[in-house]
Amino acid sequence: MTATLATHRPKPPRCVTALAAALLFAPIASSAQPGGLDPASLVAPLEDSWPTYSGDYSGRRYSKLAQVTTDNVHQLTLAWTRTLDSGMPALEGNNAPDFIGGEGTGDFTIGSQRIKGSILQVGDLLYVTAPDHVWALDVRDGGERWHYFWKTRGGPHIGNRGVAIWHDSVIFETVDNYLVSLDATTGEERWHTEIASFEEQYFSTMAPIVVGDHLLVGTGNDLDAPGFLQSFDPATGELQWKFYTVPMTEQDAGIETWPSLDAAMHGGGQVWVPGSYDPETNYYIFGTGNPTPGYTGVARLGDNLFTCTLIAVDVETGEMAWYFQTSPHDTHDWDSAQTPILIDGVIDGVPRKLVSTAARNGYFFTIDRVTGEHIVTTRYGATSNWASHIRESGSPNPHPAKEAIIPGSLVSPVEGGVANWQPPAFSPDTGLFYTQENNGFNLLYLTDPDPRGSMGLGGKDRVTVGSGGNALSAIDYRTGETTWRHVWPVGGGGGAGVLTTAGGLVFTGDGSGNFVAFDAADGDLLWNTRIGNISNAPQTYLIDGRQHVLVASGQQLFAFVMY
Amino acid sequence: MLQGAVTSRPVRGVGALTLAIGLLVTNVSVLGARPAARPAAAQAPQARDQRLYPALQREPGDPEVIARGQAVYGISCRACHGLDLRGGDLGGPNLLRSQLVLKDDGGDLMGPVIRDGQSGAGDSSMPPQNLSDEDLDAVVEYIHDILGTASRQGGPPPGEEVELDILVGDATAGQTYFADRCASCHSPTGDLQGIGARVESPKELQDTWVRGGARNAERPPITVTVTRPSGEPVSGTLERLNDFLVVLTEDDGRHRSFTRRGDTPRVEVDDPMAAHREMLPLYGDADIHNVTAYLVTLQ
Repeated sequence: MTATLATHRPKPPRCVTALAAALLFAPIASSAQPGGLDPASLVAPLEDSWPTYSGDYSGRRYSKLAQVTTDNVHQLTLAWTRTLDSGMPALEGNNAPDFIGGEGTGDFTIGSQRIKGSILQVGDLLYVTAPDHVWALDVRDGGERWHYFWKTRGGPHIGNRGVAIWHDSVIFETVDNYLVSLDATTGEERWHTEIASFEEQYFSTMAPIVVGDHLLVGTGNDLDAPGFLQSFDPATGELQWKFYTVPMTEQDAGIETWPSLDAAMHGGGQVWVPGSYDPETNYYIFGTGNPTPGYTGVARLGDNLFTCTLIAVDVETGEMAWYFQTSPHDTHDWDSAQTPILIDGVIDGVPRKLVSTAARNGYFFTIDRVTGEHIVTTRYGATSNWASHIRESGSPNPHPAKEAIIPGSLVSPVEGGVANWQPPAFSPDTGLFYTQENNGFNLLYLTDPDPRGSMGLGGKDRVTVGSGGNALSAIDYRTGETTWRHVWPVGGGGGAGVLTTAGGLVFTGDGSGNFVAFDAADGDLLWNTRIGNISNAPQTYLIDGRQHVLVASGQQLFAFVMY
Repeated sequence: MLQGAVTSRPVRGVGALTLAIGLLVTNVSVLGARPAARPAAAQAPQARDQRLYPALQREPGDPEVIARGQAVYGISCRACHGLDLRGGDLGGPNLLRSQLVLKDDGGDLMGPVIRDGQSGAGDSSMPPQNLSDEDLDAVVEYIHDILGTASRQGGPPPGEEVELDILVGDATAGQTYFADRCASCHSPTGDLQGIGARVESPKELQDTWVRGGARNAERPPITVTVTRPSGEPVSGTLERLNDFLVVLTEDDGRHRSFTRRGDTPRVEVDDPMAAHREMLPLYGDADIHNVTAYLVTLQ
């Protein structure tokens, strides 16, 4: 495992605008922008605003705002709603976006896309994304301040997790692997730089994370390519370091968990969901994706480090400090990319610095976030049936019989996992970790028994055969035991992330068209409004002294307020 | 990897391919009755500029050149890289996922390696190939042509259909299991008579019985009885149920809906599929294979 320092500059930044073609080849002098959002402010616990993906660095999605409480949540009122046209815009005319960038021809058309990321709120603006789109909206009525559109070269337009804000720059990733920096006030492009090879079929969805003068950036790939996390200079887009999640030389750590260097270098471990950041250690802690080929592990026997692994890297150097593998030798496309949550807790009477994660494979983990020492492993996916036992290390051990086999194996969860990218939440008031829990079953057939394995996610047939029931689960971080669990009526679940607040509430979606609020302590269902299935995680902030709750359903935003 | 995050809404212009991806991931299904994705090859042809990646967007080459390239490949490359380009017994790597091949533009990266060989890369060294310029260009064109036929989500080109026998179970053991666990609702001489003949493929039969019905079959109606604290029970066919609402159609076609608050009113659901769902955590894979082997005998 190595972090290589950049030896080359990215190609010169360019600015392309529809309105100012004269600027097409103008050199852009990028320098640290004074003013705007001070990166140092991101270490503050989540309260009045929502300035980074998880609200703050902890990943807790716990707001100190307490105007909305278990007693008055039923009085939440709709402040405004706004539908965004997230499809292919007119590129010319009055309705055209304010600024248009991109290296594509404009011929690759995209359809309406759901809002599946975090919406950053700073000052009077909200910054919202869908693939290839960024909008700045007025925080008081959702009115459009500016709209930026990126002409893509292609790639799977499956979602975008939001922007990062660094001083007065708004920075986001495009499906076709560019990092694009916009003027936060006007939406005009400052620069863009390529972050991964489109030819190698990388595609990018992650919300970049600002840590000081570093911008942490991940990408995705399904075609047997190595995963990596990169750090860029948020002022210029210059690469600072690149951390590969799989061995890229015979000398790299973890090579002993692969049959060959060729297998390792094609072994996946993509970094596509934002992690969390611990200012005390300067560690960025994140999860990695599945090994590849995804379903045919025959040509990559071994644990396949550092795929499906919780990793701490030093933000300054990109060097790995510790790791814990949450899913050795995965063969089900179950990333462990879920956002981990930093918890300052007490274990056996001793104060500890912890990190917890509820993985896609149905297992919950608590780890010492300073040392990487394993503390807790439990199964939270009620029907997860793929592990033979828990290893002494705390990692669940995969049962070979539960891989894709020719006569079919009955596997739970399904490909989407018990949890997926949808953010979980943690309340320090209750000590509970809240996550959606999806317990589907599929019959998994091996269709390509080639001893070389298949490629990508090929080589299997998946047949969904039913569900063991879905739930919202509240897990005690100290024991991994489920304290309360709300089982959704048949057909509910999935889809929505979670928010928790000092008002004693948990907000999420029920998968049956409702935005709902629970009592965080006991799971009592307190409130609902039928606005459609929630497509992101709810968020909260303070405007004019009043607590607002913001959530997306498909292309539509809903802002609620407590008067 | 990003599978679970895929939108279930078909993307205009990306058409069939995205629809297939969407279907694949709507896995939080009500009764598990979602259709599975079909192979990309079965989809309607897609406009080249709407395909996802450069390898697929590339304009097709001259068929004659490709045919020549295929012949050259067979002579000079196949022994190491395999008939299907996915690697061979002599240690040549899989070309279809090779970073060098994927980034190649008209032989600018592949050409020097083919001509001069490559040493010490990974597990093997590649010897130089003594090809004419014309043959070298042709083999590069051939490799790009194959790359352009890759399946979605990094899968290899579809290749030929492989017949795989899923029937590994013991029919006698399956009959015993059926008698114990299934016969309270199903009968080999009743509803399942001739099921082994009616459903031709053993795999389809297995999917069908584990799921509790054919992929797109209409499910038997779920009935529900709602009892308010101060009223007569109301029964009918369940239309919708969540924590806040129950909607039903009475036998006379009347539409009824009731607000739910906790346990009030009392809602009793009779779902004929519930037994199938409840069995899912209980089956062993051998049970499933045995029952399938038994059901196949019901001709």
